Amino acid sequence: MEKSKAIFSALVILGLCLSVLPSAIAKSSGTSEGYTINGRVKIAGMGAKGFSLPGKISNVKIILNGGQRVTFLTPDGYFSFHNVPAGTHLIEVAAIGYFFSPVRVDVSARNPGKVQAALTETRKGLIELVLEPLREEQYFEIREPFSIMSLVKSPMGLMMGFMLIVVFLMPKLMENMDPEEMRRAQEEMSNRGVPSLANLIPGAAGGSR
Amino acid sequence: MAMAIRVFLLLLFASFSAHPSFALYEDQVGLMDWHQQYIGKVNHAVFHTQKAGRKRVVVSTEENVIASLDLRRGAIFWRHVLGANDAVDEIDIALEKYVITLSSEGSLLRAWNLPDGQMVWESFVHGSMPSKSLLFIPANLKKDKDNVIIVFGKGCLHAVSSIDGEILWRKQLATESLEIQQVFQPLGSDIIYAIGFVGSSQFDTYQIDAKNGELLKYSSAAFPGGFSGEFASVSSDMLVALDATRSILVSINFRDGETSFHQTQISDLVEDYSGMSKIFPSKLAGKFAIKINSYVIFIGVTGDNKLEVVEKIDYPAAVSDALPFSEGQQAFALVQHGGSKIHLTVKLDNDWGSDLLKESIEMDHQRGLVQKVFINSYTRTDRSHGFRVLIVMEDHSLLLLQQGEIVWSREDGLASILDITTSELPVERKGVSVAKVEHNLFEWLKGHILKLKGTLMLASPEDIVVIQGMRLKSSEKSKMTRDHNGFRKLLIVLTKAGKLFALHTGDGRVVWSLLLPSLRRSETCEHPIGLNIYQWQVPHHHAMDENPSVLVVGRCGHCSDAPGVLSFVDTYTGKELNSLILAHSIAQVIPLPFTDSTEQRLHLLIDASRRAYLYPRTPEAINMFQHEFPNIYWFSIEAENDIIRGHALQRNCMPEVADEYCFNTRDLWSIIFPSESEKIIATVTRQLNEVVHTQAKVTADQDVMYKYISKNLLFVATVAPKAAGEIGSATPEESWLVVYLIDTVTGRIMHRVTHLGSQGPVHAVFSENWVVYHYFNLRAHRYEMSVIEIYDQSRADNKDVLKLVLGKHNLSSPISSYSRPEVTVKSQTYFFTHSVKAMAVTSTAKGITSKQLLIGTIGDQVLALDKRFLDPRRSINPTQSEKEEGIIPLTDSLPIIPQSYVTHSLQVEGLRGIVTIPAKLESTTLVFVYGVDLFFTRIAPSRTYDSLTEDFSYALLLITIVALIAAIFVTWVLSVRKELREKWR
Repeated sequence: MEKSKAIFSALVILGLCLSVLPSAIAKSSGTSEGYTINGRVKIAGMGAKGFSLPGKISNVKIILNGGQRVTFLTPDGYFSFHNVPAGTHLIEVAAIGYFFSPVRVDVSARNPGKVQAALTETRKGLIELVLEPLREEQYFEIREPFSIMSLVKSPMGLMMGFMLIVVFLMPKLMENMDPEEMRRAQEEMSNRGVPSLANLIPGAAGGSR
Repeated sequence: MAMAIRVFLLLLFASFSAHPSFALYEDQVGLMDWHQQYIGKVNHAVFHTQKAGRKRVVVSTEENVIASLDLRRGAIFWRHVLGANDAVDEIDIALEKYVITLSSEGSLLRAWNLPDGQMVWESFVHGSMPSKSLLFIPANLKKDKDNVIIVFGKGCLHAVSSIDGEILWRKQLATESLEIQQVFQPLGSDIIYAIGFVGSSQFDTYQIDAKNGELLKYSSAAFPGGFSGEFASVSSDMLVALDATRSILVSINFRDGETSFHQTQISDLVEDYSGMSKIFPSKLAGKFAIKINSYVIFIGVTGDNKLEVVEKIDYPAAVSDALPFSEGQQAFALVQHGGSKIHLTVKLDNDWGSDLLKESIEMDHQRGLVQKVFINSYTRTDRSHGFRVLIVMEDHSLLLLQQGEIVWSREDGLASILDITTSELPVERKGVSVAKVEHNLFEWLKGHILKLKGTLMLASPEDIVVIQGMRLKSSEKSKMTRDHNGFRKLLIVLTKAGKLFALHTGDGRVVWSLLLPSLRRSETCEHPIGLNIYQWQVPHHHAMDENPSVLVVGRCGHCSDAPGVLSFVDTYTGKELNSLILAHSIAQVIPLPFTDSTEQRLHLLIDASRRAYLYPRTPEAINMFQHEFPNIYWFSIEAENDIIRGHALQRNCMPEVADEYCFNTRDLWSIIFPSESEKIIATVTRQLNEVVHTQAKVTADQDVMYKYISKNLLFVATVAPKAAGEIGSATPEESWLVVYLIDTVTGRIMHRVTHLGSQGPVHAVFSENWVVYHYFNLRAHRYEMSVIEIYDQSRADNKDVLKLVLGKHNLSSPISSYSRPEVTVKSQTYFFTHSVKAMAVTSTAKGITSKQLLIGTIGDQVLALDKRFLDPRRSINPTQSEKEEGIIPLTDSLPIIPQSYVTHSLQVEGLRGIVTIPAKLESTTLVFVYGVDLFFTRIAPSRTYDSLTEDFSYALLLITIVALIAAIFVTWVLSVRKELREKWR
């Protein structure tokens, strides 16, 4: 009746003694047909962020095979799935504010005690089942601080800019004109009778050609 | 100069198109979205009120949620949604600081920190036999400051340390068919009693040493009459059970390991007894309650196994468990109904005569009957005892009663939505309820100046709070009338409890709710279940004065040939207009594309024996129907037999069934999938109300492609039977996924693709001429999404202008499903990171706006993904012209842009479905996401090109105009002066 069972234990050694122990240790105990997958989620600076993301370690979910089982993290970030049959499984981490790659985990009946895990996004193999976010996720656009440029770039700003160009740059352009042509233009204008800014513009354009 | 203008215009254009994303700013949260958190129907509740500080109640629900609720306001302190197969069996509180849950049929024991909901430990309880699971935390069983938790699960009794979840000892109890019913420990002893039934007639008692799990005593006795399995515990050494015939009460005495039975006929106790009786599983000292006919009878147990009736009350009543509150006294609550009120009585269990509390509370009729009662006591300032009661109602709502009033209530029925439809609001008429939007000009101006300050980043923190409050409170969005843009609607949702809710899209409040009388348990309909909800009457044009109504379809019982129930509900008033219990069953409901003169939509109901029934049952409807008789086709899917059939109408079934609205049908075609190699796992059709703007697609090289648009296409996905289970259960070699596109009129398979080494679950959306589906690729061990686009080849010749001129085109030739279509198919596949729970596509009023896929991910978020990313014409190096057309270079996986989560930083826990509703404004789609939580927002897949955004600064516009006018005057004056100078010269 008592059947030996393997526990895939990806023990993570905190701090400095990382290299001392082998990364995966096999243990056998208990009675069950399945295997246990143990792992850890490590999020640097969780909760320390000032941003209003509700990122809390208690709200992180670990999901096996697309929802077949769901488990949660202990305060130090460990999780385990019990009674998992041999095969290739998929573990996903759902944590608001972080992007985790799904992890492919091989549980083999033939070779118990060996963790075979790989990130499916980057195809990076994992020596131990320690899941870290690939990146933080920013769900909101960041409002740019007020700057003159943003005002100038806005449609209204552009309108104003165009006006300013017309008002101040056009006379400058006219100054560079040939006096002969200038006179001709003025004559033309007086002939028409109604001098206005609008009439100056085609003249100026013609002049610069 | 001309060049300069061109550059300038280009700049102007660039400034408009500079923002490629459609994300929100953080301060825009809540402007057009709302999010509501629910927990579902409460099964168990444990109060935690002993200590000073926050008073809370910990609950577990039918939606596999455990939550800690604020006892003062009903708000959620924390909440966890467990996995779908991880139902919570029992909850309790240990060590005053841990919530202990037993779930997954007694195999997972977890401890959660009471203040913040952090999981502290998790323990897997081994065992081989499936059995009932029990959790018991003895109050006085201590082991070095540690409380021991006794767990019975999978046929084993375990003692677990409550500090770290370590298993202290385990004892195999269950032999074949033993059902342990109760585990308890008499006060002041170290012996744990486990009692249960073996088979139907044997009663077993185990006495176990609490310290080490040793079996001290075992006794077994057989009762020849057999047990029904129901029992009530009366004292620490006595149970009362019902025998198999449910007419004899058996009191079981198991003092000192000796078991004795004593029988009492129910008819001896109650005179007019007939029919069924039922024991309430209560734990009262010396008393228990049984339900007979329409009464609840409390029966007291006196010294020598004598039973006597204590009180007889009318049935709709609920009894709580006993609550020990002072000096060994126990109180319990009894809730009865009377008219529009509920009567709450709290009694001591050993003193029936006196009531500790007697209150009557006005109760909303739409909440139905009380189903569960949980009692808690508190000490008043004058040191007397007060009681508060948590009740679960028939509509799954949760209410706290204290001092004769409802302190708070939660509409937790909304956590289990079955189906959704929408309804328009009334048109705004002159003099009808126009809310005071702007009080006066001054207020309006002040508001806009504040807004301007906000945009210019000049606002002080207080101002920002005011601005934010102003934006969120805007009464405009929650008005009860139709708006110009079609943003304000009613969402009509049907919940599992058989209750309809109308939610306002503006702020998500419940406008009305209706516990459907036809979906309540009754004599004629024992187990009614709601199925779907359809738009029955959508008045416009000539029937404007009618109120819109919806059709709710239900069924009496779980099997598909149970009689159907129809209910018609007015969506403005929330009143049931009519209800029918049908003579036939309902297997399928087909809304037909015809409406009668009062805008009632014709519906065809197909029953289990494949007869079709027409509704509404009016002569007008039948006349219209006769016209369209030969044009009605439908299909049915028998997923368990892997058969898809096409049907058409045959003739009136007059001779056999005397019903002129009944029609016989005939099978047109059938597709039988080989059951040894294929199993249907997903089928999708196009949305019936989808609008397609154009059939032609012009590519960058001036070529035209014609979309093959047919409402009669069905997408079917089948997998190898071996790979039909979860991921990890099949190897790539033995799994495959086959995808079909089938014309449902002729049964013709238009297209077929096989994905070797892939498996489900498959989620798909079908829109216009394309289908997108999500599945798992076992070889790459990643999820994939594929797109298939179908183009009509027979229309490709029409591009020739000469032919068009000469009239040799086939544009005017009728489209028939019977003509063999010449189609070409393009497809492409990409990797996608996440598991998917639901998928939908945006839909707009005219179908002009580009589409986005809405993907409900496993993390309970909703991602909006442009359809452009799923375009089979993507290539690694698109040509210049293709780039101009907007084709994105091909990448192997689909991008996940965090800013394009429509749920932004929120989660819709337990996400089950996504519904999109077109607004009147072409650019905008309303999105409703439901699960345990509800989320609503509106999105603009191509940005709001047809209206100004909410944060458009009118003040800035005004200032610019003023500045421009000023500038005109200044320049005018300058110009006049200059002219004068010229003249003087």
